[in-house]
Amino acid sequence: MADAEIIPIGTRGRPGRGTGTRPSSAARGLAPKGARKPDGKAAGKPAEEPAGTSETSESASKPASTAASKPAARKPVADQAAPAPGVETPAADAAAPFTAAARTEERGLSPLAGIPAGDWLAAFQHAARELFGDQWEPQLAHFLAFLRRRVSGEYAVDEYGFDAELTQRFFMAALRPIAQKWFRIEVRGVENIPTDGGALVVSNHSGTIPVDGLMTMVSIHDHTGRHLRPLGADLVFRLPFVGTLARKGGATLACNEDAERMLRGGELVGVWPEGFKGIGKPFSERYKLQRFGRGGFVSAALRTGVPIVPLSVVGAEEIYPLVGNIPSLARLLGVPYIPITPFFPLLGPLGLVPLPSKWLLEFGEPIRTDEYDDGAAEDPMLVFNVTDQVRETIQQTLYTLLVQREGVFK
Amino acid sequence: MGAGRTVLVTGVSRDLGRTFARTLANDPGVDRVIGVDVIPPRGDLGDVTFVRADIRNPVIAKVIAREDVDTVVHMSVIATPGSAGARGTMKELNVIGTMQLLAACQKAESVRHLVVKSSTTAYGASSRDPAMFTEDMEPRRPPRTGYAKDVAEVEGYVRGFARRRPDATVTLLRCANVIGPRVVSPLASYFRLPVIPTVLGFDPRLQFLHESDLYRVLRHSVLSGVPGTFNIAGDGLLMLTQAVRRLGRTSVPLPAPAFASIGSFLKSARMAEFSPEMVAFLTYGRGVDTTRMRTELGFEPTYTTAEAFEEFCASLPPGGHRAVRALGALADHLPPVDEDRPAQLTVAGGKDG
Repeated sequence: MADAEIIPIGTRGRPGRGTGTRPSSAARGLAPKGARKPDGKAAGKPAEEPAGTSETSESASKPASTAASKPAARKPVADQAAPAPGVETPAADAAAPFTAAARTEERGLSPLAGIPAGDWLAAFQHAARELFGDQWEPQLAHFLAFLRRRVSGEYAVDEYGFDAELTQRFFMAALRPIAQKWFRIEVRGVENIPTDGGALVVSNHSGTIPVDGLMTMVSIHDHTGRHLRPLGADLVFRLPFVGTLARKGGATLACNEDAERMLRGGELVGVWPEGFKGIGKPFSERYKLQRFGRGGFVSAALRTGVPIVPLSVVGAEEIYPLVGNIPSLARLLGVPYIPITPFFPLLGPLGLVPLPSKWLLEFGEPIRTDEYDDGAAEDPMLVFNVTDQVRETIQQTLYTLLVQREGVFK
Repeated sequence: MGAGRTVLVTGVSRDLGRTFARTLANDPGVDRVIGVDVIPPRGDLGDVTFVRADIRNPVIAKVIAREDVDTVVHMSVIATPGSAGARGTMKELNVIGTMQLLAACQKAESVRHLVVKSSTTAYGASSRDPAMFTEDMEPRRPPRTGYAKDVAEVEGYVRGFARRRPDATVTLLRCANVIGPRVVSPLASYFRLPVIPTVLGFDPRLQFLHESDLYRVLRHSVLSGVPGTFNIAGDGLLMLTQAVRRLGRTSVPLPAPAFASIGSFLKSARMAEFSPEMVAFLTYGRGVDTTRMRTELGFEPTYTTAEAFEEFCASLPPGGHRAVRALGALADHLPPVDEDRPAQLTVAGGKDG
């Protein structure tokens, strides 16, 4: 009952001001001589506690490890971990009978000193198992090997600067949840994408920010295993970070030379012929296709004889409804438009979160271009006709998909 | 072809020109090699006959006529004013020198073959560049200053010479950045910096040509006499970040304006020099297509871009690689795994052409 008299000091029974340093002289003076012994025991208790918790976590992890398919591989690590708390505990017990003041000073040395190494290891193992599952050791080794390759620069890029490893491991992994969970993308007509050889995917463009391009990339990769190589406007490559990421992700400049080179190299090339007219059109004009550039993509396909796969994307128009533009500021910054959406400048960064519309991607039947004569690309009338054919196909599919769609968000 | 050939090499005072002239002099297919420069070469020239002459004045015509030269290798287009003095002198050497040399070649009936070492700088570097330049392409923006403009003008004069002397074969070699343990060039001194400044938010694609491949391609052109313009570069590309990581150096990303201004500081410290075209190159990078080098010129470089850079790295004091070592130590505690590179990396693995 003598303890009860100490509590009113305001430090919850511990001597001192609760700073973890030496108790103040007032506190030392107040503490009755008889109360000192039990007080020492009380101070000793928290010191023992970390060891105790480590033991419980250790015992908790042991059944888990036996449940794991490879207990033999991680046994030595666990054994290594076990002695550490064992050594610590007698030391803590021996320290306990001494004065409380010495104990509190010791704790104040370093915030990490109180946590034994075994505890760290156990926590690390637990985290590793949470992250990588039961096979965490090989998984972690793989990850470390990957990390090591990245840090030492021992990876390969192709001539466009495409970093397949980084794209697969990082970009795709980051975009996949957005595609699957946020936009709930439904893909139709995957069989229309050739499994090998060059092909040109032509899509409508919308959504203020070219999110549709990224989503098409991840959808095609997940359904066919092929990487879509997008062709980007030169603005993309002029911007810092954006241009670099685009190149690493497999994009290159939308020019005839690069398009033909990629198609000849047997790549699956993606092109959005509407360009900024498409993504920067006001919300009131949604799903109305703009002019398809000058038909450069058709002449590239004609010259290389690859099929054109029309792609219609429904849902991207609603992610950032463009209701306004600041042309003067856009001219000043040298960008095609400064978007105003119902949320963007108003809610600040929160306005950058795209609305979770439901997306439908439909790949149409490939339009063959290898049946035309050699000089077909030099015939502007033919190029215009094929361009119109592709455009009409996409526009019609868009209308069909819009009718089929239950609602914007479901 | 065969024996009895006399080759004149310009720009032998610099290492690349001197070494090339020496290796060419040892070649059985070449009879005599005459080295020409304004200042005497720093090192041993071997069997090369050195003639101290300035290609900027008509004396060069007398040298060509007297020695009965049949092949001229023009290597003295310099990238930095560094040794030559100011930019004015550099331009004088590059442009007026080429003009005089070509005028002399045009007059000399004996000259049958001209080989000019140009540079891929001729294509410039901008955000509107195609990924890979072929020989028919032109820079998206005509260069207005510096080395790039010199290169463009030199190439113009070479084309003029080819037009006026249709009987002579002209080989124009656009070489990617030459790198090697002993190479002194703006890019090599850039990579020799202890801390490498980069342009924030940009990761240029780089292509290198190993110095031994430069000698080989020049020798090949002299001996084979294939006319035309050719891009010369090692296979594959390296990104700048990749190159810096392989070096094991630290890079400091700087915003573009700061990057340009640090160049003048480094210049005054005599450590490196960032000319405007160098800044553009380190921002946007450049790649050239080397298909024609293989099919028409019939030349195959021995070093890929990565290998050339690796040898260059080996010549420098090893960098920290601290993070790599730490990761390696950590990986040693885990069971070994086979290399888990994605399969397509080996397929798409940085080969062009």
